[in-house]
Amino acid sequence: MVLFFLLGSLMAVAGASGVVVARKPVHGVIGMILNFLGLALLYVSLQAEFLAVVQIIVYAGAVMVLFLFVVALLTAHAKPPAMGPSPLRGQGWRAGLVAVLLLTALLPVGVVVPGRAEPWEGDFGGVVRFGQELLTTHLLAFEALALVLMVAVIGVVILVGRPPQRRRGARGEGGS
Amino acid sequence: MPLAAYLLVSLVLFVLGGLGLMIRRNPLVLLMCVELMWNGANLAFVALGRGLEAMSAHVFAFVVITVAAAEVAIGLAILVLVFRGKARQDVDEVNLLGERG
Repeated sequence: MVLFFLLGSLMAVAGASGVVVARKPVHGVIGMILNFLGLALLYVSLQAEFLAVVQIIVYAGAVMVLFLFVVALLTAHAKPPAMGPSPLRGQGWRAGLVAVLLLTALLPVGVVVPGRAEPWEGDFGGVVRFGQELLTTHLLAFEALALVLMVAVIGVVILVGRPPQRRRGARGEGGS
Repeated sequence: MPLAAYLLVSLVLFVLGGLGLMIRRNPLVLLMCVELMWNGANLAFVALGRGLEAMSAHVFAFVVITVAAAEVAIGLAILVLVFRGKARQDVDEVNLLGERG
């Protein structure tokens, strides 16, 4: 338990820092995968076995492959990313200040929470309990999720599914 | 482990995501930082659900994961539309809605 927590939190925080400091987006994607694996370990230590599996399959599998495709598509001919002087002066230290303020504002909420994560027992977090909860108590959320996913898929197809020439032609006709 | 430790990790992930959102200018990295923030919130959900023995927290975390996946799909589609053919990916250079001048 403690080992899982330490390893998972170390991986998650290291991956997150990697995303923030990596110069190339590809390295950021690798940091992100490390972060997701660490989070899956944390979920396992919290007896959320189904969520850990979902985290790995959906995030480290599907979402990150999507990210990799877009990174390859957009940055194939890109210049090396410039970390030169920012157009916004003082962006760095202001952002750091806001982050520290956020941390100090939220810290008291986190540390006063009582309770411990007990060792594994019973069927809490298993796929049977999860399915019962999802399909009875939270059926509306389940249906709404189906709608959200369908709208997202149709939106993506409408956004990038059409070839560019036809869209330009349609715009010309509308304008003339 | 005390739940406060999990919440601390979740808080650190959330703030790291917010920090990256504020200091980075590459739109892909910005989307990844938003994912970091989603995941920080998710960890808090799961940890508190374990403390309260509530399976509803897992359902909430599942909803968050699904909505995040939909958001990534739409966001990456918009990124491809906006930045296709540009040599640099920089959110400061996007001025499609501004005045030409």
